[in-house]
Amino acid sequence: MEIQITLNGKIIKDHVEPDCLLIDWVRKHGCYSVKRGCETSNCGLCTVFMDGKPVLSCSMLAARANGHNVQTLEGLQEEAKDFVAFIADQGADQCGFCNPGFVMNTISLLRENPNPTDDEIRAYLAGNLCRCSGYEGQLRGIRNYLNHKNK
Amino acid sequence: MERKDYKSVGKAYRKKDSMQLLLGKPLYVDDITPDHALVVKILRSPYANAIIKNINTSIAKKVPGVVDVYTWEDVPKKRFTIAGQTYPEPSPYDRLILDQHVRFAGDAVAIIAAEDEKAAKKALKLIKVEYEKLEPVLDFHTAKDNPILVHPEENWTALCKVGADAKRNLVASGVDSHGDLDGVFKDCDIVLERTYHTKAYQQAMMETFRTYTEMDRYGRLHVISSTQIVFHVRRILSHALDIPKSRIRVEKPRIGGGFGAKQTSVCEMYPAFVTLKTGRPAKLIYTREESQIAASPRHEMEITVKLGANKDGTIRAIDLYTLSNSGAYGEHGPTTVGLSGHKSIPLYTGNLEAHRFSYDVVYTNHQAAGAYRGYGATQGIFALESIVNELAEQLGMDPTTIREKNMVREGMKMDAYYGEMANACALDKCLEHCKKMFDWDKKYPVRNMGNGKVRSAGVAMAMQGSSISNVDVGSATIKLGENGTYNLTIGAADMGTGCDTVLAQMAAECMDCSLDDVSVFGADTDVSPYDSGSYASSTTYLTGKAVEMACDDLKKQICTIGAEMIGCDVNDVIFNGKQVMTEDGKKSVSITDIAYKTQANSKYTGIGTASHSSPVSPPPYMVGMVEIELDLFTGKVDIIDYMAVVDCGIPINPALARIQTEGGIVQGIGHTLMENVTYDANGKPMESSFMQYKIPTRMDMGKLKVEFENSYEPTGPFGAKSIGEIVINTPGPAIAHAIYRATGKWYRELPITPEQIAMDLMEKESS
Repeated sequence: MEIQITLNGKIIKDHVEPDCLLIDWVRKHGCYSVKRGCETSNCGLCTVFMDGKPVLSCSMLAARANGHNVQTLEGLQEEAKDFVAFIADQGADQCGFCNPGFVMNTISLLRENPNPTDDEIRAYLAGNLCRCSGYEGQLRGIRNYLNHKNK
Repeated sequence: MERKDYKSVGKAYRKKDSMQLLLGKPLYVDDITPDHALVVKILRSPYANAIIKNINTSIAKKVPGVVDVYTWEDVPKKRFTIAGQTYPEPSPYDRLILDQHVRFAGDAVAIIAAEDEKAAKKALKLIKVEYEKLEPVLDFHTAKDNPILVHPEENWTALCKVGADAKRNLVASGVDSHGDLDGVFKDCDIVLERTYHTKAYQQAMMETFRTYTEMDRYGRLHVISSTQIVFHVRRILSHALDIPKSRIRVEKPRIGGGFGAKQTSVCEMYPAFVTLKTGRPAKLIYTREESQIAASPRHEMEITVKLGANKDGTIRAIDLYTLSNSGAYGEHGPTTVGLSGHKSIPLYTGNLEAHRFSYDVVYTNHQAAGAYRGYGATQGIFALESIVNELAEQLGMDPTTIREKNMVREGMKMDAYYGEMANACALDKCLEHCKKMFDWDKKYPVRNMGNGKVRSAGVAMAMQGSSISNVDVGSATIKLGENGTYNLTIGAADMGTGCDTVLAQMAAECMDCSLDDVSVFGADTDVSPYDSGSYASSTTYLTGKAVEMACDDLKKQICTIGAEMIGCDVNDVIFNGKQVMTEDGKKSVSITDIAYKTQANSKYTGIGTASHSSPVSPPPYMVGMVEIELDLFTGKVDIIDYMAVVDCGIPINPALARIQTEGGIVQGIGHTLMENVTYDANGKPMESSFMQYKIPTRMDMGKLKVEFENSYEPTGPFGAKSIGEIVINTPGPAIAHAIYRATGKWYRELPITPEQIAMDLMEKESS
């Protein structure tokens, strides 16, 4: 079937199989930041934005994104740079495989709620699994970023 | 001695790859290898124990896009092991790429190579297999000397004398003792005996197993794999494919987590076989389901401990027996079990007069176990730390006091640890520090919160090793570049741990340059100096020492070249990182000029290289304390605070050491409260996805606080020991202790779930 998706600001017309998943479609178009961690909507690694809202691209057909605006971390580098340096300072990036999904959802959190409490951060990001860091370093990084921003 | 004037060591630098990782750059196997590679899929056995009577692939091969389908008839018939260990491996040679006898539900039956995933999946369904179902061995208690043999084949072999005997379902068996055990037990006021049971947890690293293979420009097999052990993979593939090692090159890009899972060559052989057969690039990406059911989880262990003590809490004798479940194949079976005794009992060296450690490791028809962070020590420490807590509670002693009384201290000889000396041990300081930080005296008493919930606390100590003594090899090569910068090449694998950065910090310290002036490359069997790989808590300790030695080697060359250039004796010059100069400073030559000299009319390589092995494996030590809130109605356990103090020698990068600790603790919390690998009555695995296999989210781990007590390990680089594994060892016993305090019941089997607690509390109420 024919679809048209705006991917990171660029309009792409494509022919896809009806069962093509959005994660496979964005990776096919060079957005390798989007990772598959579980296939069952449990890990959050494949988070992308559709019309600005975070969605799990492993659980969405590319066809459903037809006519929509899809963004991946490739398209949000500047917005991400602001705070990921604070995660890096904690060493909380670790293996990095969960980072893009976690970063995408954190961007979404900070757009919705620019000054979240620690509990609000934990709750918002609960769907983003990380097996390396133990989460505490990610939280410290976000907290330090917020403190820096609010100075 | 510890020095305070280091420029790079001891600093919390960012990982060198941090920003690339955090900004989602393409760095992993599936990001950097071609999309047009053949898709490789594995048909897996639905039965736990069966013989393939007949397998018909002719229809599957007709699916458009299917290139070929391979069965047991197509593969080499020499057995090998996929355990990533130094040759000769202690693990038995019990594998074939594909076998006519399938030994667990999920074992490989056929390999499909197709142009795309759809064709491969279609072919999976069209392979017709006729199985002769055999009764499986599913209970590891009955495996030893069971008439059903998991490995009845005649060409099974064990290269090392580890007490293995396939005709008895034994992967290993042994005993080790010291002192007059029976005599001391007889003389003790109190003898406790308890049995503990830990399960087969999945590492659940976010990036599943995956490998890409191709024939390179010289017609050699080029393997790009998510692995901790490039050199072992090369040897394993050579055995599996029956081709010379010289025809194989293995490299690893960034790895999405390993935790030991990728210390076994779980999936490399399948695409490698396809590439050899077809000459075409091939890629195998395990699904999460495959990473759950046909992976390399922790060894399930049942540990019986007998503890002899005096009324005053003096621990005098320990007898520990471990029964370990290796599953269908023996990867890491003979070695993991060793740590359950060798890396638990020495914690109580203080007054220990006698000990015995004996074990059996058995085959069953479960998925094969392998290496997982902690590697047997985690299981042993759960048992030993739990029984020490039981002893303390029974004697009415504070469990921290009983530990202060009996723990290993600096300068002691550890009879239960190969007679090694505790040359660097701050365990006593860790306990004192943790007690204060946690406010133990206030939190240890059980507090009823008045809302159906109680708060309580638990404690545990831990140890591990730093590399495998007299076996592991760490290596480093450092090369001088034109503008006085360096390339550090290693064979160890940064799997997210940050070892590239930690090793570069050491190189920067040695060469007296900035961290930015050291570039790191690893790991590639064609390029890197030989290194056993990143496992057994070896990289910082062993490869780090090799970095120090390689730098010494290079510095000597730099001084020799510099002395020649300024026309004086090498013994009369010093190198300060920027220049080589005479001691009086009158004559000097810059590092840049020295570097250029190696490129013009030169007999010098400008390369320093070194390998290092250690005769000892110095243990890091740790104390963990947990405060929980337990709901007396639902049985739910919430972690309020987990605090830990670690002695890893001198932390080379305190931020990374801290993250290692926090990550290890949260994995341990998962193993204690929620994670489990179980099988149904037919031996089918129950937790095939993250829907059933729940790992902790950030809502499940409470607040963590980690601090350090430094010791100085004389054999380590800059006084360092290890950190990567020990950190997973305290949550099991500490949380089980806190749950006992809250409920009055000792849970000796993990995980401890709310259902169990709630049912036990109901039973207690009604009785």
